[in-house]
Amino acid sequence: MAEATMTAAHFDNEAGAARRRYTLSRVVIYGLLALFSIVYIIPLFVVIFNSFRTLPEISQNGLISFPQSFRLDAWPRAWSEYCIGGNCEGMQHYFWNSVMMVVPATIISTALGAMNGYILSKWKFRGSEVIFNLMLLGVFMPGQIALLPWAFLLGKIGLANSVGGLILVHCIQGISFTTLFCRNYYVSIPDDLIKAARIDGAGFWRIFYKIILPISPPILIVTVIWQFTGIWNEYLFGVVLNSGAQQPITAALVALSTNGTNVRDYDVMSAAVLIGSIPPLLVYFFGGKYFVRGLTQGAIK
Amino acid sequence: MASLTIKNLRKNFGSVDVLKGIDLEAKTGEFIALVGPSGCGKSTLLAMIAGLETVSSGEIWIGDRMVNSVAPKDRDIAMVFQSYALYPTMTVRENMAFGMESRGVGKAEQKEAIARVAALLQIEPLLNRKPGQLSGGQRQRVAMGRALVRDPALFLFDEPLSNLDAKLRVDMRTEIKKLHQRVGKTTVYVTHDQIEAMTLASRIAVMHQGSVQQFADPDTIYNRPANIFVAGFMGSPAMNFITAQITADAGNPVVTFPLSNGQQARLPLHQATAERAKARKVILGIRPEHLSRQSSATSGKAGAANLVAPVEVVEPTGAETMAVLKFGEREVVGRFTPDEAPKTGEAMPLSVDMTRACLFDPETERLI
Repeated sequence: MAEATMTAAHFDNEAGAARRRYTLSRVVIYGLLALFSIVYIIPLFVVIFNSFRTLPEISQNGLISFPQSFRLDAWPRAWSEYCIGGNCEGMQHYFWNSVMMVVPATIISTALGAMNGYILSKWKFRGSEVIFNLMLLGVFMPGQIALLPWAFLLGKIGLANSVGGLILVHCIQGISFTTLFCRNYYVSIPDDLIKAARIDGAGFWRIFYKIILPISPPILIVTVIWQFTGIWNEYLFGVVLNSGAQQPITAALVALSTNGTNVRDYDVMSAAVLIGSIPPLLVYFFGGKYFVRGLTQGAIK
Repeated sequence: MASLTIKNLRKNFGSVDVLKGIDLEAKTGEFIALVGPSGCGKSTLLAMIAGLETVSSGEIWIGDRMVNSVAPKDRDIAMVFQSYALYPTMTVRENMAFGMESRGVGKAEQKEAIARVAALLQIEPLLNRKPGQLSGGQRQRVAMGRALVRDPALFLFDEPLSNLDAKLRVDMRTEIKKLHQRVGKTTVYVTHDQIEAMTLASRIAVMHQGSVQQFADPDTIYNRPANIFVAGFMGSPAMNFITAQITADAGNPVVTFPLSNGQQARLPLHQATAERAKARKVILGIRPEHLSRQSSATSGKAGAANLVAPVEVVEPTGAETMAVLKFGEREVVGRFTPDEAPKTGEAMPLSVDMTRACLFDPETERLI
């Protein structure tokens, strides 16, 4: 029986042609995907390799070539010894600046976003839709518009050129996104749940802590990842509002690349760039799948 | 003392009048049902009793206090929702304890109350599960348990059986009735299913377009409906309505209407009051089960009237046979036992039980 069907397919030109077309299209698709992934990933590999090569070897063989040497000392030098704009403490200072900026800003903007989302979706009041649409404006507004007003405001309240000033800026700018995410997530929580809790005697805060927050982890992970990577990678406000020792690592990296008349220490610079990229990369590796899951999940199944 | 009294309650959303002057009351321990089609305002009324909606005008009294401006948690009520509204991240035990914790009830008292209600509803093995791990019927019972543990003055049910499949619905209906007989709390039950209302309630309020059409016990609602809407809504298959005329026949009032064979049906009214005997146009209401095949047994009965009608469709259901007959231009549904079942195309001799027939005024649609 099976033999008969096999020979039948053999002689069926239509089936054979379809199979050949399918195979060809697969080859083309995978070939293109492979090509584009190589193009995307090569710069990362170049930087990684260069951070482990010795400077003489880089100068001899060029930036983009297979590593012939392996040294680890570029990393500690980038961390604690490299000179940036007269300051020879390496990247560690700026790294900690970024950490001190990102962690509070992420936590505060996420907390406020959850509160706002809860209020706008479950405790609608007159004008709540207007307020929500105004907050939405912040999502689409280009950051550069707020640059001068922020510079003026921070100067007035005494937070100019400080990490605290940057924390304030990123908190406020982040509230639009976090409110949007949380409100859209909470909208799918049935209103009957809130009504039942009100009859049970729970007030505004008890409902938030006992009912809303326990359901929230998927969307809170989304907002934390979004805010962390966004604020860490942010460059414009860091370089304009702060200078010198108060700058975050993104701004310091640019200062690094325009460093005076010294010989370009490509190995140390590569290590410095990677130091600046590691936190968001780690967040992506460990939290990436929760990010996607949280975006597509509703609150109650 | 009535457990719940509603006086001239009105509610409008902007310019839309959702409730137009509701007057209701439930005595202590009574089970009243609010029944009506979608959009009649029954869920809004329940929400206002619970305190989840504000009152536009009128009064709501629970026990001996007016609760118009009292918060839901202070009205001494408990509510079971159509979607059960169980807290998804808490276990069944925590769900039931939530209200008591909010009110600061002691731990020992909480434990005792939960144990008592769990035994009553047979949900002890479920106490450590989360709502996501329960079936529909189990969730329903947990939702009722959460309400029972409250031990309130008033129970509110908002279409609790609508999300269950047909067989489970019938079983849970019986369980709710048994529960009410055990616990004996005043209950207000909202449903769009008139069978649920008839089987569960001691008094039914039939609502339509924001007002109460009739508020009475099931027997009265079924046999002496106040108007055409109530008559047509309650009972399945629905009551048959036939436009007819009342005339005098040798001094006795008869209902006449044209039949398919060109003749007039003449059905003598049974024990007609003076009001009913007036000569005028009426709408005659006959329920399907009031039609039966003419026989020696029916001829002797008081109030039996005879006529002949052709049979169009016959639908046997096993326990009984439904048939569609033609009274003149009108199609009429009859319900017969399998023994007297008609055959399609037969010119069936019928006996109408006029003791149960209803007469409605064509203009006001009210019962005469």
